[in-house]
Amino acid sequence: MEDERSFSDICGGRLALQRRYYSPSCREFCLSCPRLSLRSLTAVTCTVWLAAYGLFTLCENSMILSAAIFITLLGLLGYLHFVKIDQETLLIIDSLGIQMTSSYASGKESTTFIEMGKVKDVVINEAIYMKVIYYLCILLKDPMEPHGISQVVPVFQVSTEQLSKVFSPKKICYLSPFSAFLLLLMFSRNVNSSCQDYLRTPDSYF
Amino acid sequence: MGLVSRGAAAAGVGAASAVVRPGPPHAVPHPIPTPPPEGAALGSSRVPGMVLKAFFPTCCASADSGLLVGRWVPEQSSAVVLAVVHFPFIPLQVKELLAQVHQAGRVGLAVLGTWCHRRQEAEESLGHFLEGLGTIFSHEPWLQLCREQGSKLWSCKATRRQVPPCPGAPYEDQVMLVFYDQRKVLLSQLHPPAALPDCLAGDAAPSAGGLAAVFDTVARSEALFRSDRFDDGPVRLSHWQSDGVEASILAELAKRASGPVCVLLACLLSLVSAASACRLFKLWPLSFVWSKLSVCEQLRHRLEQLTLVFSTQKAENPTQLMRKANVLVSVLLDVALGLALLSWLRGKDRIGPLAEALVPVADHVAEELQHLLQWLMGAPAGLKMNRALDQVLGRFFLYHLHLWISYIHLMSPFIERILWHVGLSACLGLTVALSILSDIIALLTFHIYCFYVYGARLYCLKICGLSSLWRLFRGKKWNVLRQRVDSCSYDLDQLFIGTLLFTILVFLLPTTALYYLVFTLLRLLVVAVQGLMHLLVDLINSLPLYSLGLRLCRPYRLAAGVKFRVLEHEAGRPLRLLMQINPLPYGRVVHTYRLPSCGCHPTHPWGSLCRKLFFGELIYPWRQRGDKQA
Repeated sequence: MEDERSFSDICGGRLALQRRYYSPSCREFCLSCPRLSLRSLTAVTCTVWLAAYGLFTLCENSMILSAAIFITLLGLLGYLHFVKIDQETLLIIDSLGIQMTSSYASGKESTTFIEMGKVKDVVINEAIYMKVIYYLCILLKDPMEPHGISQVVPVFQVSTEQLSKVFSPKKICYLSPFSAFLLLLMFSRNVNSSCQDYLRTPDSYF
Repeated sequence: MGLVSRGAAAAGVGAASAVVRPGPPHAVPHPIPTPPPEGAALGSSRVPGMVLKAFFPTCCASADSGLLVGRWVPEQSSAVVLAVVHFPFIPLQVKELLAQVHQAGRVGLAVLGTWCHRRQEAEESLGHFLEGLGTIFSHEPWLQLCREQGSKLWSCKATRRQVPPCPGAPYEDQVMLVFYDQRKVLLSQLHPPAALPDCLAGDAAPSAGGLAAVFDTVARSEALFRSDRFDDGPVRLSHWQSDGVEASILAELAKRASGPVCVLLACLLSLVSAASACRLFKLWPLSFVWSKLSVCEQLRHRLEQLTLVFSTQKAENPTQLMRKANVLVSVLLDVALGLALLSWLRGKDRIGPLAEALVPVADHVAEELQHLLQWLMGAPAGLKMNRALDQVLGRFFLYHLHLWISYIHLMSPFIERILWHVGLSACLGLTVALSILSDIIALLTFHIYCFYVYGARLYCLKICGLSSLWRLFRGKKWNVLRQRVDSCSYDLDQLFIGTLLFTILVFLLPTTALYYLVFTLLRLLVVAVQGLMHLLVDLINSLPLYSLGLRLCRPYRLAAGVKFRVLEHEAGRPLRLLMQINPLPYGRVVHTYRLPSCGCHPTHPWGSLCRKLFFGELIYPWRQRGDKQA
C-alpha cells in the first residue's frame, strides 16, 4: 500500500513523503528532497568563470581558465557525491530494527541500521533556529549505564516546518512530514502494537 | 522402510537403523498438542510479541526438500538456518553430525524444521510426511518453509506443540524470512567486534547480542561446511560449499612454504638484532650518534616490524593477522619504491652530477649567510644597532662560517663515494633513503644549528639577567626556597650597580634579539624541511595498505553492520528481506588498522612553543623514543 503527500520545507522547496506499508511488521517512509535547480547551478558556474576570466585578463596566463574549469567540475562532482541528498528513507522492521538510508544525487547510498535492542526510545525534539523546529530522533541505550543514553540520532536531516498547523486535507504546504508521519502512525487503525510502544510524547520523556 | 512409529519417537531414541525416506506414510502421527517427550524440546523460552525471524541462506533457496539444520536463538526469537539435510538420512547420524559440530565450534545446533521445494504441482503426501518428521526431531518452534518451483512465492509456518504460557497466544507464530549470503557472512568480520565472554567456560555458547549472533553462529559452524556433495558421507547437506570446497592452489602453496621461510627469516633477524645489541655500540660516542640519527631509528623500527611478521607464532585473532599483513605489504611497498628510486638514480647516472652540484650549493648557501651577516652588521631594516656588540657577534659568526666552508671543501672528494653508498641503501626501502636524506640535511646545516644555539643561549642569558635586575629595580628578589618573588632591602651601592647593569642590558637587547630572531627563523626553516620528510616516512610506515586494498576489492570482509532490503511482497505471504553487509567506511578502516609509527613527531603544542621561543629556551623538534619527558 503506497501513499504520497507533498509538503514544503523551510526554504520553500518541495518535499514529497511516500509511505509504504509492506506488512503489519514492516513500514517504509520515503522523503524526497528538492532537486538541484538549474538556476543555482548556472549562477555558480557563471560566477566562477567570470572571476577566472577577470584574473586571466590581469595575469595573461591561460592556466587560470583551465584551473577554473577543473575546479567547477570537481566541485560539482563533490557536491553531488557528498552533499546533495536526493532521498531519505526510513525502514522500520518489527523486532529487527530501524534502517535509515540517504541516497545522494550521484547515486551513492549510505545506510545506517540500528538494532531494536539498542533503541531506548523515539522522541520528538525541539530546536530553536529562527523559529521552533521539531525533529524526530532515536535515543540509543548506553551499554555501561542501564538508564543512560549513549547517543541521539536524528532521523531525517532535511529541515521541516513547525508542528503548528492542523492537518486538513484541503490545506497544503504547512504540515511537516514529521507530524504527518507521527500522526498517521499514532492514529492509524492498522498500527502494530510494537510500533505504538516506540512512540512517546515529549512529556513522558522529560 | 517407512516412518518410525510414534511410540519409538516418544521414547526419544528414534530408530537407530531406520532410514527415513520420503514416501506415502502409513502411520502418520497426528500432531496434537501434548506435553513433549523428555529431553526433546530445545530452546523453549520465547519472547512474547516478537516476530519469529528465520535467517535463510540464499544458496539453499534452490536446494531439494529436506530438513533445516541450524541454531535457535531464543532471546531474539530468531532461527539461523545453516544447511539443508537431504533424504535419505538416518536420524541418528544427523544427530551425531550435529554433536560433532557442537564439539568443534561450541555452538548448539539442532534440527529446526523442514524445507519443501515443490517440483510438481501437488505433492501433498510430501507435505504430510514432512509434518510427521516433527516428532523425530522435536524442536520448539517447528519451522516449515515451502516454496513452489521457479516462483517467488514462499510460505512459512512455525508451530508450537507446547501449551503456550499465556492463554490466547497463538499456536502459530508470524514468521519473517531474512535471506543472507552465507559465504560473505562467514568471511566477514564485524567492527567493533562483539565482546564475547571467555569461550572456555563449558558448553554454553557465548551469546553475542543482536545480529552479531548470526555472524557468530555461521563462523563457528565451519565444521558443518567441510563436506560437499561429492563426498560419500553418511549425511547429504546443502550449504554454500556443497558444490565443492573453495580452495586456492596458491594459498595452499604459500601456507606450506611459509613455515620454513618464517623459521629461516626469524633466525636471520634474531642474528641481526643480537649483533646490533652488541656492547660495542653502547659506548658513549657511538650510542650518542646512533640516538641522534633518524636512520637508525627507522632501521630499528623496521627490524621490529619484520620480527613481528616472520615470527613463528600463529596470529591469535583476526586483528593480529591484519596487522601482520599490513606490515608485510607496507615493507614490500617501501622496498619497491626504494628500488624504483635506485633505478632512477642509476638510470642516467645521476649520482655524479648530483655530487658535483652539492659542493657549489653548500658554497652558495655559505655565501648567502655571509651576506646576511654583513647586512646585520650594518643597519639592518633601518634599525640602529650597538656598533661594538654588533661587530663582535658578526665577526664571531663569520669566523665560524669560514671554518665550516673549509670543512666542506675538505670533504668534497669523498662526497661522491658517500652518495653512492647512500643510494645503495635505498634498496632497504624508500623510508630509509628519506631518513638518510634528512640526516644529511641535518649534517650540512649543522652550522645553522650552531648559530641558533649560540644566539639562543646569549638571548636566554640576557633575558634571565634582565628579569632578575628588573626585580632588583623594583626592590624584590626571587626566593629559591619558596619558589616565589619576595621583597628585599638592598644597599644603595647594590641598587646603583644593579640599575646600571640593567640599563646596559636593556640597550643591548635589540642587537641580541635581532641575531636571535634571524637564526631562529633559519633553524625553523631547516626543521620544517626535515619535518616534511619525517611526515612522509611516517605516512609510509603507518598506512594500512592491506586493509585499504581489502576494503576496495572485498568490501564484505570488513563489515560495519548490515542493511536490509525488502524483496517482492504479496499480501498473505510472509515478509521477505535480504540482509546485505554494510562495509566499513575508509576513514574508519585507516583509524582502526593504522600501524604504530616511529614516534618521531614534533610533540609541542603551539602555546608552549611560542613561550619557549620568547624566553630563548632551546627547542628540540623530535623526541626520540626512550627520551624522558623534558
